[in-house]
Amino acid sequence: MQTVKMVVTGPFNAGKTEFIRSVSEINVVSTERKISTAAERVKETTTVAMDFGRITVDEDLVLYLFGTPGQKRFDFMWEILSEGMLGFVVMVDSTRPETFREARSILETFRAYAPTPYVVAANKQDLESAWEVDDMRIALRLDSRVKLIRCIAADKESVKTVLLELLYSILAEMEELQS
Amino acid sequence: MALKGNLRDFTVTQLLNLISLAHKTGSLVVEGPDEAVLVYFREGKLAYAQNGQEDNSLATILFKSKKLSATQHQIIKQRAGNISDKELGLLLINASYLTQQDILSSLQTYFTGVINHLFTWADGLFSFENDVTPPPDKITVRVSLENLIMEGTRRLREWEHLQDEIPSLEMALKFIDRPGVNLRNVNLSVEEWKVVSYINPRNTMRQIARANKMNDMEIRKIVYGLLQAGLVEIIRPEGAPAITPVSRQPTQSGSQEEQVSLINRLIRRIRSL
Repeated sequence: MQTVKMVVTGPFNAGKTEFIRSVSEINVVSTERKISTAAERVKETTTVAMDFGRITVDEDLVLYLFGTPGQKRFDFMWEILSEGMLGFVVMVDSTRPETFREARSILETFRAYAPTPYVVAANKQDLESAWEVDDMRIALRLDSRVKLIRCIAADKESVKTVLLELLYSILAEMEELQS
Repeated sequence: MALKGNLRDFTVTQLLNLISLAHKTGSLVVEGPDEAVLVYFREGKLAYAQNGQEDNSLATILFKSKKLSATQHQIIKQRAGNISDKELGLLLINASYLTQQDILSSLQTYFTGVINHLFTWADGLFSFENDVTPPPDKITVRVSLENLIMEGTRRLREWEHLQDEIPSLEMALKFIDRPGVNLRNVNLSVEEWKVVSYINPRNTMRQIARANKMNDMEIRKIVYGLLQAGLVEIIRPEGAPAITPVSRQPTQSGSQEEQVSLINRLIRRIRSL
């Protein structure tokens, strides 16, 4: 049995767990804990180690999706999780510009760990206060070549689009290396 | 018993606060990954500081603070032999060349610079020995720690911000292709030009810093400015071992065709979800 993995990363409360939950065929193995600090109490629980989802491709290939903990104090997990990944998704909460800088920093950190292809998912685009992706591209200082995709983590089709875009990027890079 | 620990667990701010509040007298040694700092305190106030093996003789400190010219510095170094800092200070004052205030303010600037530098350290073993005093031939100062802590905390925030923006100095820089923007028309400082002259996809930021004798904070500040101005972007250095995505996978090492086939299988599966 061959296994490959993709990592879903991003700041606290960006929607990583929800993203994996939408496409995983197993109940996401989530290591969530009740939030203790008042500053981070915008939701009830947070991921403290990692989320873990699975998609069986065929009888001898399985794709694992790993979600990183969003809080900075768990960033020691990032390098471990990035080891051997096929590519990664950076989830950004489109409604919380105060997290954009951290998202950019997480992106840079993961690029330093492994120069694999990646895409940025602008999550919560269904909310009224969501930033436009073009504005987010400027705020996140993303090059025009970087894929910034509208996303609603709770919507399976939206999550599929993000994952497919990442796979297309991986394929394109392989073809580029081949030529 | 010596007060020992790691800055990861007990920050410089906390350490200085403790020394100040407890009116401690003694020496503090902090050993970072590449350098060490030695600081003496008297009754909770900064008395003396030394940055690693750096030449911290009075002559050199006065030269750095522009109280002595390069020629005067060289002459003192050559002719004064083993003259102590206190003796040299007295000679300069008696010759009416410098005032006591000139000397003390130069030393104070140097010592506080050492402490400010220490604030940028997030990691390092420290050890505080009670009742150890500076060497008797050295001139000491009395600087309250409160203002240093305030200034240091501000620098720490700045440092954290810069580290967030530029997490690794092992990356290289590349000019962004921006038609219509001529670098010659952009106003850059001497330090910025020094960095710009080394920008090349082969040079990491750490190498550029070394070539320009800049510390991590200085190079990050300049690179941050260039990034904000949209003049450069951070890239993986050329010549660094290329890691293709699939070859990093732990469970397979097939040919290029097999890898492409694997990705196509994943694409088909995701589409069918």
